[in-house]
Amino acid sequence: MKNRWIALYVENEVGVLAKVSGLFSGKSYNLQSLTVGTTEDESISRMTICVTSDDITFEQIKKQLNRMVEVIKVIDLTNVPIHMKEILFAKVLNCTTADKEELFQIAQVFAVEVTDIGTDSVLLECKLTERRNNELIALLKSKFQRIEVVRGGAVAVESISTSCR
Amino acid sequence: MDITGRKLFVKALQEEGVTTVFGYPGGMVTDLLDELYKQEDIDVVLPRHEQGLIHEAEGYAKATGKVGVCLVTSGPGATNIITGLADAHYDNIPLVCFTGQVPLSLIGNDAFQEVDIVGMTRSVTKYGVTVRDRKDLGRIIKMAFHIASTGKPGPVLIDLPKDIQVEAGPGEYPKSVDIRGYKINENVHVGQLKKAYKLLKSAKKPLLLAGGGINIAKANDKLLQFAEKMQVPVVTTIMGKGSLPTNHPLYIGNCGMHGRYAANMAVSECDVLFSVGTRFNDRITGDLNEFAPKAKIVHIDVDTASISRNVVVDVPVVSDANLALEKLLEWAETKDTKEWMEQIAGWDKENPLEMRRDSGMTPQMIFEHINKSFGKAIYVTDVGQHQMWATQYLELDFWHQMITSGGLGTMGFGFPAAIGAKLGSPDTPVVCITGDGGFQMNIQEMATAVTQGLPVIICLFNNHYLGMVRQMQQLFYGKRYEITCLRKRKSCPADCKGPNAACPPYSPDFVALAESYGAHGIRVEKEEDIQDALDKAKTYTDAPVVIEFMIASDELVLPMVKGGNAMSQMILK
Repeated sequence: MKNRWIALYVENEVGVLAKVSGLFSGKSYNLQSLTVGTTEDESISRMTICVTSDDITFEQIKKQLNRMVEVIKVIDLTNVPIHMKEILFAKVLNCTTADKEELFQIAQVFAVEVTDIGTDSVLLECKLTERRNNELIALLKSKFQRIEVVRGGAVAVESISTSCR
Repeated sequence: MDITGRKLFVKALQEEGVTTVFGYPGGMVTDLLDELYKQEDIDVVLPRHEQGLIHEAEGYAKATGKVGVCLVTSGPGATNIITGLADAHYDNIPLVCFTGQVPLSLIGNDAFQEVDIVGMTRSVTKYGVTVRDRKDLGRIIKMAFHIASTGKPGPVLIDLPKDIQVEAGPGEYPKSVDIRGYKINENVHVGQLKKAYKLLKSAKKPLLLAGGGINIAKANDKLLQFAEKMQVPVVTTIMGKGSLPTNHPLYIGNCGMHGRYAANMAVSECDVLFSVGTRFNDRITGDLNEFAPKAKIVHIDVDTASISRNVVVDVPVVSDANLALEKLLEWAETKDTKEWMEQIAGWDKENPLEMRRDSGMTPQMIFEHINKSFGKAIYVTDVGQHQMWATQYLELDFWHQMITSGGLGTMGFGFPAAIGAKLGSPDTPVVCITGDGGFQMNIQEMATAVTQGLPVIICLFNNHYLGMVRQMQQLFYGKRYEITCLRKRKSCPADCKGPNAACPPYSPDFVALAESYGAHGIRVEKEEDIQDALDKAKTYTDAPVVIEFMIASDELVLPMVKGGNAMSQMILK
């Protein structure tokens, strides 16, 4: 069992998202995240899907997606060079002054932005890989009492030249 | 010139060559009905329940090879066809189902008879869509017929809001349609197929496994030629039964849960299993670790998603059965399989497929009479013990076809599907083989058959039980017959272990019931009367006839493999 990524070109139509997500629940596939947005062609949407599965199930998932009428193309991103980022908001509440200082340091090290601040709370805006976001959340959880996390799910695009991930 | 949606609907059906629509009225399809009233090319058949309706369309599609067309209203009309959609989805039957829908402006308001039918049926249709713009209507109907009937066929649902039906818009019905996400595989990978062929060629104990794909692709002739040329024995799945004439010397029988002993032994002992058009359903494989343990497996299927899903195969080939077999025939060379055939014949001798003959009328006897009664026939079965007996004992060939609900196992399928088959194939005798449980699930369709004047011959196997489950209770649950006895009344003892002299009478009286519908009824209790009843039934030309065969309650379907067990572990007695 490991994480795998798929990019999916689909018809930008009502119900397609429900159909794709319904496939995962209906067939007990383990969906980690799913993001969707329109492409340069407004009649086509692109999804980035992360699933956890074994090899055989993953093959089956790709085949099942491929056979949907609304799915135009399935791209397996698991072993190709890609750029992948996930947007994450992390709000830290009940901060002391020392906490705030520490948060600024954390922001610097993780290369994320402090986008909002109040008397006792700080908002971090992060565009990192999923894994880096996980690390940041773990760190914030261990250091602070109350945090609020909003994650957007990963989006990915094939690399042009580098083997970036 | 602009025309209304309802006019385009009828025009589309006409251009698709539709001559029969199965329709049930309701508030959201009245405009479409009104348009159908004004034309003469299309017959609209009125069933008595929408579930019956869609099974009729399935039977029609199976018998004719055409797309079955359904028209039902919104809400309950639509939800009542869901079982049939799932059935058609499983067994790859081409259907286009139109459901009326509340006007676009009311969708989402919990309007009267509004349901999200497209949402509800997403996982049991090949494609489903709500028409949201009148200008898309023609393209969507064209798409629906194309998708339903090509590749691996299946049901398509078009949800048609009331306002789209009356709105004016483009009057053209497209001649063709290009769907960027739906491309049919029209080629076969020759290299891969060659590999498959070489494997078969090198085998000492080769076996062909033919699934429903052969019947769907109508590749029966090619399969026959290939098997004969190579001299390779053939086993079938239930859906594949009839892909080779059942009296052919190379045909062994069905494999699987209630398969023939020799067929399951052949699968267990073969060294190359060459399969075409099957999904390797759990009813075929049993315990996957023990399935064809000595064999290299070749799998030819039109659907990539069917390959290596249940059984990991050695040589996968994505192809339509026709295409693949055509190519294989070019290469085929005769093999010497005499020794292997003898081994298989030995197994059959050891445990032949047969029932006791000591006393009373057994299902096997009934099938023997059915087999010799019809020069040609379409047999349509329901689901249950009688179905398994049918798959074991019916003799099929080019002139004798079988329609059955294999994947979903839908009780209530048989009788309406037989009506549909008769409508599609009026010159062929249609014999419905059903049980007393399943027949009652859509018994209201008697009225449809009578009003349509369809002389369907209904062979009703009455054992007073829901026999398939009763058999499991008898064998595995200490004869605790919970809710499987159809005679049971409040006055019965709670711990009843089977029929006895004190049992209450059976309800209904099927002969009287048939007669009350204006159909015919014959009850048969002894073997001597079977042939007379069938001969009499064949004389009716105006209305259906129910032949009620009173069979023993404790009759079993054997051999049997318990769910999850290896196919070589058959219960034989």
